[in-house]
Amino acid sequence: MADLEDMKIIDPGVDDNIAKLTPERIERTVNKVLTQETAARLKIYMDTCVHCGLCADSCQSYVSRDKDPDYAPVAKVKDTIWEMVRRKGKVDAEFLHNAARIAFIDCGACRRCSMYCPFGIDISYLIMTTRRILNLLGVVPQYLQDTTNSHAATMNQMWVQQDDWIDTLMWQEEDAQVELAGTRIPLDKEGADIMYSVIGPEPKILAQLIANMAIIFKVAGADWTMPSTDGWDNSNMAMYSGDFETMGRVERLHWDRASQLKVKRVVMGECGHAYRGAVYDGPRWLGWTKPPIPMVHAVEYYYDIIKSGRIKIAHKYEGSVTVQDPCNIVRGRGLQDKLRYVVNAICEDFRDMDPHYEHNYCCQAGGGLINCGPPWKRSRMKSNRIKAEQIHGTGAHMVITPCHNCHSGIEDIIGHYKLGCHVSFISELLVKTMEMSEA
Amino acid sequence: MVNRETWDWNNGSRAICDLGALEDRFDEVHELTASPDGERIAAPVLTAPDTFSVAVNDQRWEGEFEKAWHLAFTPDGRLTALVRIDDEWTLAIEGEPWEDRWEFAWNPIFSRDGSVIAVQIKDNMEYTVAVNGTAWEKKFPSSRGLALSPDGKRAAAVVQVEPLAEADVFGFFEGTWSLAVDGEPWERKFINAYGPTFSEDGERIAAEVRLDICEYTLAEDSVPWDNRFGCIWEPSYRNGSSHLLAPVRVAGSWTIAENGEPIWASRFMQLWNQRLSPDGSRIAAVATTSFGQWSVVVDDRLWKSSFDDMVLPPVFAPDGSRVAATVRSKGRWGLAVDDRPWTETFDMAWDPIFSPDGARVAAKVERDGRFAVFMDGRSWSPWFDMLWDPIFSPDGTRMLVRAVENGTLVRHVVDVATGFQS
Repeated sequence: MADLEDMKIIDPGVDDNIAKLTPERIERTVNKVLTQETAARLKIYMDTCVHCGLCADSCQSYVSRDKDPDYAPVAKVKDTIWEMVRRKGKVDAEFLHNAARIAFIDCGACRRCSMYCPFGIDISYLIMTTRRILNLLGVVPQYLQDTTNSHAATMNQMWVQQDDWIDTLMWQEEDAQVELAGTRIPLDKEGADIMYSVIGPEPKILAQLIANMAIIFKVAGADWTMPSTDGWDNSNMAMYSGDFETMGRVERLHWDRASQLKVKRVVMGECGHAYRGAVYDGPRWLGWTKPPIPMVHAVEYYYDIIKSGRIKIAHKYEGSVTVQDPCNIVRGRGLQDKLRYVVNAICEDFRDMDPHYEHNYCCQAGGGLINCGPPWKRSRMKSNRIKAEQIHGTGAHMVITPCHNCHSGIEDIIGHYKLGCHVSFISELLVKTMEMSEA
Repeated sequence: MVNRETWDWNNGSRAICDLGALEDRFDEVHELTASPDGERIAAPVLTAPDTFSVAVNDQRWEGEFEKAWHLAFTPDGRLTALVRIDDEWTLAIEGEPWEDRWEFAWNPIFSRDGSVIAVQIKDNMEYTVAVNGTAWEKKFPSSRGLALSPDGKRAAAVVQVEPLAEADVFGFFEGTWSLAVDGEPWERKFINAYGPTFSEDGERIAAEVRLDICEYTLAEDSVPWDNRFGCIWEPSYRNGSSHLLAPVRVAGSWTIAENGEPIWASRFMQLWNQRLSPDGSRIAAVATTSFGQWSVVVDDRLWKSSFDDMVLPPVFAPDGSRVAATVRSKGRWGLAVDDRPWTETFDMAWDPIFSPDGARVAAKVERDGRFAVFMDGRSWSPWFDMLWDPIFSPDGTRMLVRAVENGTLVRHVVDVATGFQS
């Protein structure tokens, strides 16, 4: 049975809005999505699943909660979209309350389960369809909805004002120059090779990461730019709240800005979900098969500049490190080997997690989970004991997390389970270990 | 409006500025901006630690600033820059800062003739707009997006009209955004507002507005269309009329709606970046009928050619008879004109430029880090180190080419028919 403590959590974004719904609106909304938005894909998945349960052991929440069957992926689907289909949309408030908890909190849409499904069913898609329905009903955890509202109003995730964005880039340029004279953050440089895009939390709370990247670009001799106005944020929590219209608007603007700047490629910072939004879900909703301009994740970029010798490592980091394989760039993109090449290039003592690569467990923060905010933090922690055990098993003192959600999620896990280690982005280690000259 | 009649259209090449000397003179020379007439090139320059000025050819502005960036020439040829003085921001024109300064100023836009300049500003932690240096009286919790009427007589901005507490998702859906026009906000509030657009005569203004979680329409002078749509993109007015149109999403497909009603029979998987012919009679837009089948649709007729990566906003010839667009397919950039893609492809291609009679199409293109002008699909100029968009003379017989070669900005005026003589 699902965790009673979790079931009792009241989230205004979920429960206050459920209270406003009528049975007619619920039924109409469910059936609108089922008949007008999901097409054959949903039916094929539903008809193909034989309820074998082989997906169960793949899920970190199932494993972490002592194999409680309610946390098996198949159960999460059964208790959400399957019931909506079976009841033809005639579901009630209690059902929606539980469906919201399952869809927004218990599943991070990490797609690990799909690898263990004998038929390869994209179980995450079924959960995302549930989220879409809930979004159209206005039933979204408050903090996740607030993030989506920020995207809709400001085109970035963190309510960053336009002047604050420019100002942040300017002072980060100054900070970077203290580390390496002559470092610049060129704004709106039309025709640059690279547009660098980041996620909203970077200018808001982790601005030094932008300075780090400016230094790395400087050392690598890159011709790069950042947009001075909206379109700079490559993140997309609207994708996870089910507000696909806002997701599309945000992604369109990001690619519009890249095409206006006439760049050859977009390099993005260390984020996983933003990669998914900008490379897969966003482009598809807009009609592209792939990003209209090549998108390069930071891990790929670091790999290229280290492997090609454009940056050289002066002295490796000596402490013990492990690495988190972010789902959207490892399962979703296959960057695991490049990630390890980079980590081994800059660290003396790398210890892999078990399991790893595409079999690594999710951080239980991506997929919009951590954006659901404080009410759900304890639940997230309970659902990822396995990650704590994985990290502890490596004996490493640092977890490298080339993804913002992984970074924050694992930081929470380290604190909750008192693991006594730290998290780091790659760029933080790179600027400490690479050769720098002012040439 | 750019008055090209007064420019030097005598054939020949003239060196304008030794950029190497500029680099030698200052510790830092930032991004270069060439004037439309090719007579000047400007860049922010570092004159001393934490001190910037603006270099123009071999001169520099007398004033020095804590910051100087976003250099832009107005349509009437004046050089502007955003500058910071004593920790306050303003706009400087030809070296002269506006008298008023604010906590921040950004996003300068110009009227068609360049006589009016509007910027977004932050003043005492509130947001508003300054027009020709004078701020609106009313201020707002936030402002994003700015528009000027073509004649510059009216200005509008997307503004947040109600403060919103942190994570107040309920207040957000009651509507906190609107448009402010000439400093006065519309009475009606919306969940979101985007893309303010003035009519040609400046009498009307429209914007995309969001009315519910997944309910969008256009509002004109604060009044929403009766019809609602699943999604909507930025509006356009037909030139010479008050007719308002926008791409709208109906039952999962996109089409063009005019004054609230779909006017095209075709439905698309995506449709955006509509452009109107100069007389307003024709509509061209970017569309895809399926994943990665990007093309141009003109008056409800889709081109036969399609491109898998992207198609940039279409461009009409001055007489409205032809349409061209920059396209990207299989990782290469090119141009397509009237449904015929150029055979040559490039690492990058800029927007198509029609000759005044519409007979010829030119574009700046890039290969291997070098730049050239291609005309009607064929190489027309040498390859340069840097290049700005070519400009046809008013009679269409000559072309102004602003290019950097061997470290010098050179202004070339060349017969279109003969091209560069080797």
